[in-house]
Amino acid sequence: MGSLLGLGDPLYAHGVHWVELLIVVIKVLVAFGALLVSVMLMIWFERKVISDMQARVGPNRAGPWGLLQTLADGIKLFFKEDLLPERADRTVFKLAPYLSILPAFLSFAIVPVGGLVTVFGHRFELQVADPPVGILFLLAMSSISVYGVMLAGWSSGSKYPLLGSVRASAQMISYEAALGLTVTMVVLLAGSLSTRAIVEHQSHTFFGSWYLIHTGILPFFLFMIAITAELTRPPFDLVEAEQELVGGFNTEYSSIRFALFFMAEFMNTITMSAIVVTLFLGGPDGPTPHVFILSWVVPVLWFLGKTLVFLFIYVWLRAALPRLRYDQLMDLGWKVLIPLSLGWVLVLAAFLVGRWWGVGVMLALFAAAGLLFRSVMVGSERDEAIEAPGAPEPGATPELGAPGMVR
Amino acid sequence: MLTSLLAATTTVDALTFAIAAAVVLSGSVGVVVARNPVHSALMLVMTLFGVAVLFVEQQANFLAAVQVIVYAGAIVVLFLFVIMFLGVDREESLEKEPLRAQRPLAAGLIVLGLAGLLLMGFGAHWSVGAKSVAGPSRNQAGGDVAALGKSVFTTYLFAFEITSALLVIAVVGAVVLARRPGGVLGGADSDPDEPADDAPSPTEEVSP
Repeated sequence: MGSLLGLGDPLYAHGVHWVELLIVVIKVLVAFGALLVSVMLMIWFERKVISDMQARVGPNRAGPWGLLQTLADGIKLFFKEDLLPERADRTVFKLAPYLSILPAFLSFAIVPVGGLVTVFGHRFELQVADPPVGILFLLAMSSISVYGVMLAGWSSGSKYPLLGSVRASAQMISYEAALGLTVTMVVLLAGSLSTRAIVEHQSHTFFGSWYLIHTGILPFFLFMIAITAELTRPPFDLVEAEQELVGGFNTEYSSIRFALFFMAEFMNTITMSAIVVTLFLGGPDGPTPHVFILSWVVPVLWFLGKTLVFLFIYVWLRAALPRLRYDQLMDLGWKVLIPLSLGWVLVLAAFLVGRWWGVGVMLALFAAAGLLFRSVMVGSERDEAIEAPGAPEPGATPELGAPGMVR
Repeated sequence: MLTSLLAATTTVDALTFAIAAAVVLSGSVGVVVARNPVHSALMLVMTLFGVAVLFVEQQANFLAAVQVIVYAGAIVVLFLFVIMFLGVDREESLEKEPLRAQRPLAAGLIVLGLAGLLLMGFGAHWSVGAKSVAGPSRNQAGGDVAALGKSVFTTYLFAFEITSALLVIAVVGAVVLARRPGGVLGGADSDPDEPADDAPSPTEEVSP
């Protein structure tokens, strides 16, 4: 079972005894507690930043600067009545919130928070687990988190939650492909799936060796868009579009179950920000002064600082951008992100073989894209020419809200 | 035989195997027994998870991850999608018999299969785990990912590429079949009998 936890971690070099087990348990508990606290702070941070951007004050009653507002809301939700809709599928309805919060917790386990630490002669990595399949674990967890949303909507036994959950699952599956392809680029350069190895590959020179630069910047933006859609955060929050779907998949939920969905969403936001930092910004990499205790604290601070930047960007996006229409969302996913990331994977792989190979593949892809674009244009012109004499077909209009691509 | 098998593993391994096997078995029984198709699909996910844990125990980490990503994350989600869309997410009565004689046939096949399995188990050594997947990959530098990648992209490259071509052809075929002569994909108004606008009812069961 050592392989599951990570062969790379020097903690397991001398076998697993109770001391190692204790260290692992402490790591898990610390990560769990830190995640819960950061979710609390993140909700406060989001409300404060949003209200600053909208020239409001925001929560400012509970605690200093309203810091305890989230705690107060949590306590309130905890003591509210837990309603169970009459037409709900009881078991699945109760199960769904846990299915969405569990992957949120688990996927943080692979994030390298800092470097190596030595405590009482035991040297270990500052990350809960370093499995050899590292980043695939994240993809597995993000594909599992679809279930929570999907089943929540279905089991509510009502119209709008079902629509919300159908949207959610279509959206998450669509963007998973682009997400996987962008992760492939990083894996291609690092030569390893392990997040620790990915971070170590980027840690030679500050900034210069980060994959943000090495993959050619474009994958970073593709990844950002893909995970924003995967998180169903604005501007991709069609899952809970309140103007169209009441509240989306969690309409029928109340009390602590609703709070669990809410927590899962924010926890996923934090985890994904940490993953962006790990994959493209070198994780805890940064200039470290070699002073007694600071040598392990400073990387952690670097990691936290970088993550905070992305958390701010998410809030900023929410404040600044309007929501996409559903067909625009699907077009962006299937017609822009997937071809772009697929092409970029090919270019990057060719560049790994040799410079001229890379240039050649890039030119070939440009030519192919041009041809494809032209042929699509010719085809649509012909279609218009055929349809123009008669009355326009009613089915030809884009279906709003209906995930036509799956049917 | 069983004692030698147990002696080769540690307590943790044995415990993990026992739990995962119990999850797999109960999940797969649940797939068959559950009346609601959605519950069946969920049980299938549970089974797939158990199998993934068994893969990890055999040190086939990559296979475990792919199992969860592909099967639990994509295929069963699509199952659920179709189940929800076609409106077949209602409980089925087990008394109705759509195919006659399928139950005795199934029982006969199960007995036959179990007998064959037991015969193989007692007759040969390989079926009780003398040959482990972990063997070659454990000694390799890059672990099982490197070993798998090497064999897929060198020894079995042709089979691999043929499989991917097959999948592409299947996708193109599905698009062609779904396409209407007018150039429009089968849209919302193409199936009048589809209960798209009805309020969905997950269960027919009336709650007390």
